Amino acid sequence: MALTDDTLQERLEEQFEELDLKISEELNELTVEVEASDYLEFCLALREKPQFQMEQLIDLCGVDYSAYEQAAGKHWTGKRYAVVLHLISYRLNERLRIRVFVEEDSFPVIPTVVDIWKSANWYEREAFDLYGIAFDGHPDLRRILTDYGFIGHPLRKDFPMTGHVEMRYDEMKGRVVYEPVTIDERVNTERVIRKDNRYVH
Amino acid sequence: MSTNPAEMSAAEIRNFTLNFGPQHPAAHGVLRLILEMDGETIERADPHIGLLHRGTEKLAEQRMYNQSIPYMDRLDYVSMMCNEHAYVMTIEKLLGVEVPERAQYIRVMFDEITRILNHLMWLGTHALDVGAMTVFLYCFREREDLMDLYEAVSGARMHAAYYRPGGVYRDLPDEMPKYKSNQWRSEKDLKRQNEGRDGSVLDFIENFTGRFPKLVDEYETLLTNNRIWKQRTVDIGVIDADLAKQLGFTGPMLRGSGVAWDLRRKQPYEVYDKLDFEIPIGVNGDCYDRYLVRIEEMRQSNHIIQQCVTWLRQNPGAVMADDHKVTPPPRSEMKEGMESLIHHFKHFTEGYSVPKGEAYAAVEHPKGEFGTYILSDGANKPYRLKIRAPGFAHLAAMEEMVKGHMLADVVAVIGTMDVVFGEIDR
Repeated sequence: MALTDDTLQERLEEQFEELDLKISEELNELTVEVEASDYLEFCLALREKPQFQMEQLIDLCGVDYSAYEQAAGKHWTGKRYAVVLHLISYRLNERLRIRVFVEEDSFPVIPTVVDIWKSANWYEREAFDLYGIAFDGHPDLRRILTDYGFIGHPLRKDFPMTGHVEMRYDEMKGRVVYEPVTIDERVNTERVIRKDNRYVH
Repeated sequence: MSTNPAEMSAAEIRNFTLNFGPQHPAAHGVLRLILEMDGETIERADPHIGLLHRGTEKLAEQRMYNQSIPYMDRLDYVSMMCNEHAYVMTIEKLLGVEVPERAQYIRVMFDEITRILNHLMWLGTHALDVGAMTVFLYCFREREDLMDLYEAVSGARMHAAYYRPGGVYRDLPDEMPKYKSNQWRSEKDLKRQNEGRDGSVLDFIENFTGRFPKLVDEYETLLTNNRIWKQRTVDIGVIDADLAKQLGFTGPMLRGSGVAWDLRRKQPYEVYDKLDFEIPIGVNGDCYDRYLVRIEEMRQSNHIIQQCVTWLRQNPGAVMADDHKVTPPPRSEMKEGMESLIHHFKHFTEGYSVPKGEAYAAVEHPKGEFGTYILSDGANKPYRLKIRAPGFAHLAAMEEMVKGHMLADVVAVIGTMDVVFGEIDR
């Protein structure tokens, strides 16, 4: 049902000439990297324009890039946080991935897409909870997966696997108490990066 | 003081906030709902989730790729193999590994067995919530047979870890395990329980698919034209097609609203493009339509399983890719060859490194689109694993679905969503 025979990549390049998009195709999946300032406008156009019709936001998640390729001795110099969206168009049967790096590592803020796709509501709450990325304009930005009163953002790379506190029921006080963790972090298998030329795409 | 009766009653009306769960039997696990009620009508519903959050995504970042497969079983713990499937497919995509055709058929067959397993669980509990006890018992009777199949191939009734990158762990056994006699089991019971188990696993599957359509008829006799069932489900939780897309619905929830979309057909993976099956869709988008869609899906799954059995009988072969950088070498080879020994050692101590890049692969899970997004920096562990659970998006639409309904309908809506907290909380 596509209106033209152009591939999604060609249509994107044609439609968004003035935006600074980085489009790449890998494993038959199209990824677009968009600047945070153009993010909202870009998303809205993807949903509204007849040549894209991205009706559904399948997924939205945060990524913390700070330890990327650290095992190979490299140091990540770009922006620390990114938000990755997966979109689908039912009419054109196409998928698209959007990655947008969030400005400011100390207090990452990015506009919300709740007004474009309703399903973004909980996904953004999750990204806020796990990564501390704030979504500007979100109607109800509360924690979602972690405990009531939880401190920290567990999926950040500097958050330890064991967490900071453990919980137990205190007989004397007659309530649940939080205490610093007593277990040590343990690494069974080292993280290693091996170059295997057979798998270089 | 006013004596006007209208004003008096206005002063008495008060909104109630009701806490539902997290240990309510109809909450399907650990859902906590804060309901704001006007009399018996829901004004606001705020689901509190995360009570079963185990940090699967964080754990996966610290483990070799293969070590996370068992975690996938524990996500949606009523459709275990489908979860594994999405995860394994993503890894295969990143590695570019080809899966042998026989393994693809086995996977498709077990995906469909899992779909029946899931839908039986859903039907039983949904009916139980709405007040029909018998269906629950009927459904669990059939689930037992299917879980025996899980056990026959993987050794575990539920958490199978049967799919591996490159294929499946082992081929289907030639013998279907049987119940043994003991002092609590009479000879008559033993004979009945071992019915159809004399041959191979495939024989037993064929036996099951032969009798299953009749059993679905049984469930339908109890529900489809049942007046109480219809009163409780027709026109409850109506969602139209556009809203369903907006809310991120997938699977039966989307098809119940009349959108003809099924990944097995539209973006086929494994061997679904070679199989014959139909996609049922609903018209009204209410609980009753979603019920009909899922019932028909069970029949279609049964049909797919039959086709797989026929193919698998005729085509023996390998079930694991012959690429020992990714898959462990066979035990016999390992005892002879030095290289195989090294491969085996490397595979189980360090794992395999996945090339730098990212991939998203999704399967048509019984509940909707279940996908995993893996971002790899070239290491033997994922850099970021994101699990896209269908139930998460469905539950997020709770308020949209129950607003204006009665309290009792909340239970029907939770049932129709088919929520399982393992996948929602991750």
